[in-house]
Amino acid sequence: MAVKDAGRAARSANRAAAREPERQADPAELIQLLTPEGERVEHPDYPLEITADEVKALYRDLVIVRRIDFEAIALQRQGELGIWASLLGQEAAQVGAGRALGARDMAFPTYREHGVAWCRGLDPLKLFELFRGVSHGGWDPTAHNFHLYTIVIGSQTLHATGYAMGIQRDGAVGEDGEAVIAFFGDGATSQGDVNESFIWASVTNAPVVFFCQNNQWAISEPLERQSRTPLYIRARGFGFPGVRVDGNDVLACLAVTRKALQAARDGQGPTMIEAFTYRMGAHTTTDDPTRYRLSAELEAWKLKDPIERVKQYLIRTEQAEMSFFDEVEAEAAAVGARVRAGCQQMPDPSVDSMFDDVLTSETAQLAAERTEFAAYLDSFVAEEAAR
Amino acid sequence: MTTLTLSKALNEGLRKALENDPKALIMGEDVGKLGGVFRVTDGLQKDFGEARVIDTPLAESGIVGTAIGLALRGYRPICEIQFDGFVFPAFDQIVTQLAKMRYRSLGTVRLPVTIRIPFGGGIGAVEHHSESPEALFAHTPGLRVVSCGDPVDAYAMIQQAASCDDPVLFFEPKRRYWDKAEVDIEGGLAAALPLESAQVLVAGSDVTVLCYGPMVRTCAEAAVAAANDGKSMEVINLRSLAPLDTEAIFASVRKTGRCVVVHEAVVTGGIGAEIAAQVTQECFYSLEAPVLRVGAYTTPYPPSRLEEHYLPDLDRILDAVDRTFSY
Repeated sequence: MAVKDAGRAARSANRAAAREPERQADPAELIQLLTPEGERVEHPDYPLEITADEVKALYRDLVIVRRIDFEAIALQRQGELGIWASLLGQEAAQVGAGRALGARDMAFPTYREHGVAWCRGLDPLKLFELFRGVSHGGWDPTAHNFHLYTIVIGSQTLHATGYAMGIQRDGAVGEDGEAVIAFFGDGATSQGDVNESFIWASVTNAPVVFFCQNNQWAISEPLERQSRTPLYIRARGFGFPGVRVDGNDVLACLAVTRKALQAARDGQGPTMIEAFTYRMGAHTTTDDPTRYRLSAELEAWKLKDPIERVKQYLIRTEQAEMSFFDEVEAEAAAVGARVRAGCQQMPDPSVDSMFDDVLTSETAQLAAERTEFAAYLDSFVAEEAAR
Repeated sequence: MTTLTLSKALNEGLRKALENDPKALIMGEDVGKLGGVFRVTDGLQKDFGEARVIDTPLAESGIVGTAIGLALRGYRPICEIQFDGFVFPAFDQIVTQLAKMRYRSLGTVRLPVTIRIPFGGGIGAVEHHSESPEALFAHTPGLRVVSCGDPVDAYAMIQQAASCDDPVLFFEPKRRYWDKAEVDIEGGLAAALPLESAQVLVAGSDVTVLCYGPMVRTCAEAAVAAANDGKSMEVINLRSLAPLDTEAIFASVRKTGRCVVVHEAVVTGGIGAEIAAQVTQECFYSLEAPVLRVGAYTTPYPPSRLEEHYLPDLDRILDAVDRTFSY
């Protein structure tokens, strides 16, 4: 009996080991160019020549997108937004990837890529429209080469792959080529569409970069509910390279994404990038992470903050005066004030507009429904007037 | 005029679509060298190359998902889903993405994607190869849903679908693939009916019979039998299921006062139910009898040894027609 119990205990310990949360990346696997302490390190495969002004520009992006995020959370709490999906903690991954893109490259986001949207030049108020319930997005994807937010998990990875197949058919691979980047999260790697997109990109050698922000949590489900292997390793099984980058290191994210995009443009096919990061906030403003994760984990990741390390680096190397940080802070505050006011003043769409843009031409049935509903609304006006 | 099977008429129509627009693409499982399991794309890869006639991985969601991406890049993909029952892995991409992206973008995005689906039973197939899922798509705003009934329809409609700027679900009656008719493939489509229009196939005065796809031929045959019986059936090939050509439907029912809808699909929640509701609302004072439906019972598609009992046939149509005279 005792032997049997011991055997059982061992077996369950083995199972526990297999499920052990993997919140610390093996340093040997992790591409890093800037340590959490703000120390610049080199990586043989990812040399990065970057000027002080360029680092300062990245710092500015990081601070501003965090500020936009902060304003959005406050606006949700005040009832101005219906919901918000915070990017807190993922600023470096998004700014690094976003700034690696060329003007003609195309980005396919999830619903959390506010930092990428910023880098592409999309007005944050367009994002607020979606989260306020004024539109489902409503921006022109070709205006900034930034596709609409996609809420169904993983769907956009196939759209990105198809778009990349279009680039191939346009002959836009090779010198002066174009590339596509598909964003998704750790949870999405369990979706069929993501796995299908890996297969399609692989067998067609499509110029697409799969950028996975592994923020460790799919709402309440930790990574070990999605995978027993590090995510970047999966790419190998599909026949293309996968790399893991410190997702809180904006320089590494920039360098790794640049290299992958260039490979895609050159005709070398897809790359998967796993940006190892952490969702510091809730999944969305409706979520309560204290129900499923320990605050100690959060505290540990606070020490790896993506913005603080850039600041320390700039100070340590004397590439920026203290006045620079004050200027960025003031600019972020101004952006915050602008989007706050813009959100508060955002009008509701006209009721009639809900019938628009179902198809390229309105069907007789929909036209009749539109007319019927307008008449119904008018009947209240007539009734009121008769009183 | 050329004598063509429905399959060959589609093939000729697809060839025209590829010739007329360099952005048109064909993609699907086995559509290249094999020419599709029903040979609808036979010879097209040889003539237009692998970049335009694409043998895809065996993944239906991937077919539709990448077609959306290609359309965003300016292409006009014509996808083949090999059999009706295999569209469901792509259902998510069709319903959540293809149908909604234009609306999501406030009209800035166009997705000219055609999805061809061989549908319906009667070929003695195994499970998942005989289904009629069209109502699921007609229920989804943002999609056009059409079905061809004969080779003439097939040749024109596939070209119209391919040149349409909206997503089109194109249902092909697989048991009619080998039906033949005279088709004009020399002239253009100027004389062809618009894609949204129904067609009065047999003019009549006593009862309106509405049908589409594989039931078009069956209903035409029923009209001959009914005429022998002294009843004048007006047979309308609906062709478009979303939107419905309600003008044509209402005009006919106001004339005849009786209406029977025939389809292979399950009647519960089907196209016939929608038509019955609309006809009742718009033609109430013209009706001599309730709108009747002839279609599949509310069961999954049965094993093929039972399908002749399950599928609507000439006798069940005539039985329903007779019943409309008993009120």
